Amino acid sequence: MAKEAKLSKFDVSKHTLVPKHTKLSESEKKTLLKKYNITVKELPKILINDPAIIRFDPKVNDVIKIERGSHTARSSVFYRGVVNA
Amino acid sequence: MQDSVFKQIKSIQFGVLSPKEIKKVAAAKVVTPELYDKEGYPVDGGLMDIRLGVIDPGLRCKTCGYKLKECPGHFGYIELARPIIHIHFVAMVLNILRCSCRECGRILLSQDKIDLYKEQLDALEEENGIEARRDYIKSILSSLKTTMKCPHCTARQQKIALEKPTTYMENEKRISPIEIRTRLEKINDDDCIVFGINPKVMRPEWIVLTLLSIPPVTMRPSITLESGERSEDDLTHKLGDIVRINQRLFENINAGAPEIIIEDLWDLLQYHVTTFFDNAVAQLPPARHRSGQPLKTISERIKSKEGRIRHNLAGKRTNFSARTVISPDPMIELNEVGVPKEIAMKLTVPERVTEWNMEYLKKFVEKGAKEYPGANYIIRPDGKKKKITEETQEQLLEEVQPGYLVERHLLDGDVALFNRQPSLHRMSMMCHKVRVLPGRTFRISPAVCHPYNADFDGDEMNLHIPQTEEARSEAEILMQVQTQLISPRYGLSVMGCMQDSIGGLYILTKEIESLTKGEAIDLLYGAEITDTSRVPDKKVLTGKDVFSAILPADFNYEGSAKSGAEEDHVIIKNGILEQGVIDSANMGSGKGFLLRNIRKKYGADYTLGFLGNSLRLGIQVLLKKGFSAKSADEDMPKEANDQIKKIIDESYVKADELIAVFRENKLETFPGKTQAETMELKMLELLNKARNETGKIVSQYANKKTATMKMVLSGARGNLINLAQMAACVGQQALRGSRINKGYKDRTLSCFDKDDIRPDARGFIANSFKSGMKPHELFFMSMTGRDSLMDTALRTPKSGYLYRRLANALQDVKVEYDGTVREASGKIIQFEYGEDGIDVSRSEGGRIDVKRIVNKVIGE
Repeated sequence: MAKEAKLSKFDVSKHTLVPKHTKLSESEKKTLLKKYNITVKELPKILINDPAIIRFDPKVNDVIKIERGSHTARSSVFYRGVVNA
Repeated sequence: MQDSVFKQIKSIQFGVLSPKEIKKVAAAKVVTPELYDKEGYPVDGGLMDIRLGVIDPGLRCKTCGYKLKECPGHFGYIELARPIIHIHFVAMVLNILRCSCRECGRILLSQDKIDLYKEQLDALEEENGIEARRDYIKSILSSLKTTMKCPHCTARQQKIALEKPTTYMENEKRISPIEIRTRLEKINDDDCIVFGINPKVMRPEWIVLTLLSIPPVTMRPSITLESGERSEDDLTHKLGDIVRINQRLFENINAGAPEIIIEDLWDLLQYHVTTFFDNAVAQLPPARHRSGQPLKTISERIKSKEGRIRHNLAGKRTNFSARTVISPDPMIELNEVGVPKEIAMKLTVPERVTEWNMEYLKKFVEKGAKEYPGANYIIRPDGKKKKITEETQEQLLEEVQPGYLVERHLLDGDVALFNRQPSLHRMSMMCHKVRVLPGRTFRISPAVCHPYNADFDGDEMNLHIPQTEEARSEAEILMQVQTQLISPRYGLSVMGCMQDSIGGLYILTKEIESLTKGEAIDLLYGAEITDTSRVPDKKVLTGKDVFSAILPADFNYEGSAKSGAEEDHVIIKNGILEQGVIDSANMGSGKGFLLRNIRKKYGADYTLGFLGNSLRLGIQVLLKKGFSAKSADEDMPKEANDQIKKIIDESYVKADELIAVFRENKLETFPGKTQAETMELKMLELLNKARNETGKIVSQYANKKTATMKMVLSGARGNLINLAQMAACVGQQALRGSRINKGYKDRTLSCFDKDDIRPDARGFIANSFKSGMKPHELFFMSMTGRDSLMDTALRTPKSGYLYRRLANALQDVKVEYDGTVREASGKIIQFEYGEDGIDVSRSEGGRIDVKRIVNKVIGE
């Protein structure tokens, strides 16, 4: 617990090197999974205790949307499924 | 055998055969070491018993009733007179003996601990796989070796040692295999799990053999020598020894012979069974033939490079392939490969006879195998293959009719796959059309060297001939050279003009100003370009006119040249080169923007022809004009030499100043660096600047009309640094990014003072290759030369392996139809290929110029 309290003092999401993370709502998640015809298992993973998403209070099988810069296509969208640490 | 059953393998279970199973799978019990009777017929109950399968033509297997080649063979068994330890399980037996109680047979662990470990093992396997489970079992067992008291019956344990290879000692007393077997029998199923044994598939006591399974004769066939004598397989020999000793042992036991004799025979039997499994056991002398050559028994058949796995299963070889040295031939097309006649008569293409091509194919059969173009084999519709020889030729010629296959020699235009190792990318194996040529080497166009990364210093390449219609069309559609023109890595042509042809085109388009029409057509014909319709009807033609003649009539292009100069800028309008020079920036491999544009407009096939034409044209120009570089090309005028000298002298002065400041410790240090480090960095910068400045002087004063400069300027070979090193100053020699500081204590060579850190003493070469180096300069040069030589020799295999691992890891990643990049199991790696979904080979530098496409659509 002490560790977590220490972490929360610094909000990583404000850092320039951390791309924008958002949690998908259930309906958004559903459309995404349907679009690619997959389950959360087929998505790339993100740890449940990742500092960048800790403020969403994520649960396993949540989907995190990440918007970040790209060399080839100025910005790109990426999705990750939350997994247990 | 006829109607095969297809099933999918879900899992494989490894275990140990129990005596019961050995008996069950056996078709016969072997009781006599004799092989054949007087008539040469296999003895019943012998090692070649026909119940174990047949290897003689005409005989039928007693077990399955099939003949030679149909019968898969059947196992037999021997009943061993006394139990024998299996050599490959020696370590396991030792582990079990040491870790189990000699009285009650329980593992030397309390029940609580057994339960705990079992739980931990299952959890570990779940998480980290079977390897982790095995490692943990190992660590548990090794911790048990020192336990001296059984937690179950409190019996004292004895020290057990292994006397290699197969004798176990307890307190200096031998434990016989019979005793071992009874101890193993006492282990209960629950404890087995902690020993790493799955009691469902094996019991510990099965390790000690009481029955020996005999492999079928089909896996140890005997060979009939020319003299009619039979020569048996190594395994049969070994089994013969085992059976013989086993019988002797039986007889002695039954006769009540003294214990010593029985034990001697028992040991001998143990030796034979051990070498039957593995003839390379460290402590045992290998069993040998009479000639002294060691027998090849079961382990040797499987193990190592020459074993079944690596040699036969992993190391498959292909038929219909050839390998030889490559050499260049610019006169053949890029998608052709010159095949020596000798090879063309060995490799064949099967062609099916129909009533329409019968006469055509009969001509090949008529010529036979020894005359080109002939045929080597014909195949009857039932699959029988007949070799065409002088004797059979006439008869086979009569026989050929529709439905037959004729394996005819290679002809011009046949499809072939051509490959050079290491096959790092898809352009390492391309489809070429065969061109049968005299000589003994494969011939390829110099333009396709780049994708294969080939040169002609002795490189060898492989050729494969596809044998079916499907394979041929697949190769032609997917792999032919023109389909690989644009690299998927950077979207430019991987093939282009090289070296001499670049130089030739440069001279043609930059220098040749006056040609008669005859001379121009001569040039084109020399390059095998017979379409001269686009040569303008003028009295005096320029080189640009000649080059324009091979361009398509409606081609427009603009692109900068290598020099970047305004007058060299290439402008092509309506198929006429109006301005500019053709050099490596436009036609070079991996650079040619011109080639990309032509391909886009006229397609790959046309581009291939165009590239071949320009290649030959360039070479033809050099052939006609002559081209020789000479040492005097690097001579500089006095003025230039003075300036170079001045630059170097000045830098020496500056270096001395720098050293003076450093000696007083007054140097302003770079962040995070010491005084000495800062000095080194500043010195390197200073000396490199000096070298670069001399290089500038060289390029300024060098005569652009010399052949050496033409090579540099056209991009055919060499660069300005090479030139500067020859003409002005070789420059600083660096070892691992710093000036040379190895050698004696505080100095590099004994001709310098200690702590001399002036440029000369630390590897700066002020002379040029032309002016000649001083002894110490040459020494420094040799140092870096040797270093880089070693470096490349050591790095190439390392980086090669690195790349191989990467390529293998990524091998089944692909772009799916929905645009996502996924691996074989369907997991997503990228949501859009390259994050922008653009195929580099189908765009311009990874970009799609929408404006230009729109302009093109509405403009025309």
